[in-house]
Amino acid sequence: MNWSAVKSIYVYEMTRFFRTIAQSLISPVVSTSLYFVVFGAAIGSRMQEIEGVSYGAFIVPGLIMLTVMTQSISNASFGIYFPKFIGTFYELLSAPVNFIEIVMGYAGAAATKAFLIGLIILGTSFLFVDITIAHPLAMLAFLVLTCLSFALFGFILGIWADNFEQLQLIPLLVITPLIFLGGSFYSITMLPPVWQTISLFNPVVYLISGFRWAFFGMSDVPVVTSLFAIAVFFAICLGFVGWIFRTGWRIRQ
Amino acid sequence: MTTILDVQNLRKTYAGGFEALKNINLQIEEGEILALLGPNGAGKTTLISAICGITTPSAGSISVAGHDIVTDFRAARKAIGLVPQEIALEPFEKVINTVRFSRGLFGKGRRDDFVENLLRRLSLWDKRDNRIRELSGGMKRRVLIAKALAHEPRVLFLDEPTAGVDVELRKDMWDIVADLKKEGVTIILTTHYIEEAEAIADRVGVISKGEILLVQEKAKLMEQMGKKELEVQLAAPISDVPESLRSHALRVGEDGHSLIYTYDTTRERTGITKLLNDVAAEGLSLRDVMTRQSSLEDIFVSLLKEDAA
Repeated sequence: MNWSAVKSIYVYEMTRFFRTIAQSLISPVVSTSLYFVVFGAAIGSRMQEIEGVSYGAFIVPGLIMLTVMTQSISNASFGIYFPKFIGTFYELLSAPVNFIEIVMGYAGAAATKAFLIGLIILGTSFLFVDITIAHPLAMLAFLVLTCLSFALFGFILGIWADNFEQLQLIPLLVITPLIFLGGSFYSITMLPPVWQTISLFNPVVYLISGFRWAFFGMSDVPVVTSLFAIAVFFAICLGFVGWIFRTGWRIRQ
Repeated sequence: MTTILDVQNLRKTYAGGFEALKNINLQIEEGEILALLGPNGAGKTTLISAICGITTPSAGSISVAGHDIVTDFRAARKAIGLVPQEIALEPFEKVINTVRFSRGLFGKGRRDDFVENLLRRLSLWDKRDNRIRELSGGMKRRVLIAKALAHEPRVLFLDEPTAGVDVELRKDMWDIVADLKKEGVTIILTTHYIEEAEAIADRVGVISKGEILLVQEKAKLMEQMGKKELEVQLAAPISDVPESLRSHALRVGEDGHSLIYTYDTTRERTGITKLLNDVAAEGLSLRDVMTRQSSLEDIFVSLLKEDAA
């Protein structure tokens, strides 16, 4: 293993994050605060408690997941797409690194950024609502796994994309709807039975449900199923990355 | 001398069927400067890309410093530094950070004294904290060289290093290359500019349509293929070659004030003595005598013509 290369890529990417710290942090914090104002205060005050949890507190795990998933994807996809776009990718290809090291550097940095943003949003939510975390370690584990899986997914997206439009396409058309329909703002038990069944085909449901369980000890699907779902997603992404590594898909001519 | 780069039967065929490289064989000795000359689309960049790991060859083998670029890619790539043709740098990054990044990427630990020395040599030290986008085109090229040298490679590839740079910077670049050679770095450069090859290369390779037409020592190449011209300037103009001088390969210069004799320097007898005797016997009065060596460019053009024929 060329650990020096992994560290170089990781540090380089994190430096970019800290260089644009204002954009990196302020925008997710502001948008999350807006969600709290709209859903928590304005609408939430008219909503009844869900299994003993106030609506404002109920949406906290969903909001964190929403931001963490989109941030992991956008950071990782941009991180690897940018060198392709400006032409500096040649250096990665000619360096004594294998693809796993490249992935560890880029996806690791993207996951770290998303994780930090997730923690900051959690901190912000304490300003708005009263919450206690029932299973803090499980909460952190879910957060880390989600960050890593979606960073891997973002990395694949960045390798696949040929232009900035494609880079935005999947997050906008696929990921955002899945997250919104995955129970970020509601429990799927609130849906009619048919839609409950359909929702079970949405992988994000399992992630949000598991994460919410770590907060409140309640979930739409059993927590073991959630863990299994995120492990499967992680494995699929990892397998795909391995395949890219073997074939040089979209990387080497 | 040890062979530092060994390319054997290298082929590259693209998905569309285009054969960019056709059975390339090339051996480079440690410490030499090889200039690869060739027109656009000849395969120069493809060859470099294959050696550096950017393009996967279709067939053949390449080893760098004794390491196969596939089975022992880490050791092979550590020995190589690449300066690409296009200026590809992250615009928002600081000069020193991008150089440190390259060093780390190639598995070398952080060494501030080495990086400082490198940047000083390339006149970049004062700009170390500048963002790349604030630099001129010439400075950016220097940054690319600094990045390529950051991990102390034994072989440096310069892909068209002076394309589009001004005369002064080109001379600077040649000085840098000369310094690197003194340190024992092997340099392979591709160029359009024949004068560049003529000025700095030890050996010259000519590549055209994916094939290496020849690789030879520059001096020997020019000696072997170089034709020389002797120009005899006359005090009074003439309209045609005088009868008594017809046996020599002569032509009359443009204004009739000179006779031009083309000869081969490699032949035992150049015929100069007899020519000058005959000119004297003809009673022509001489004003000056001079000789001209044909340039690498003439050789290059004639080689490509032969290849096309």
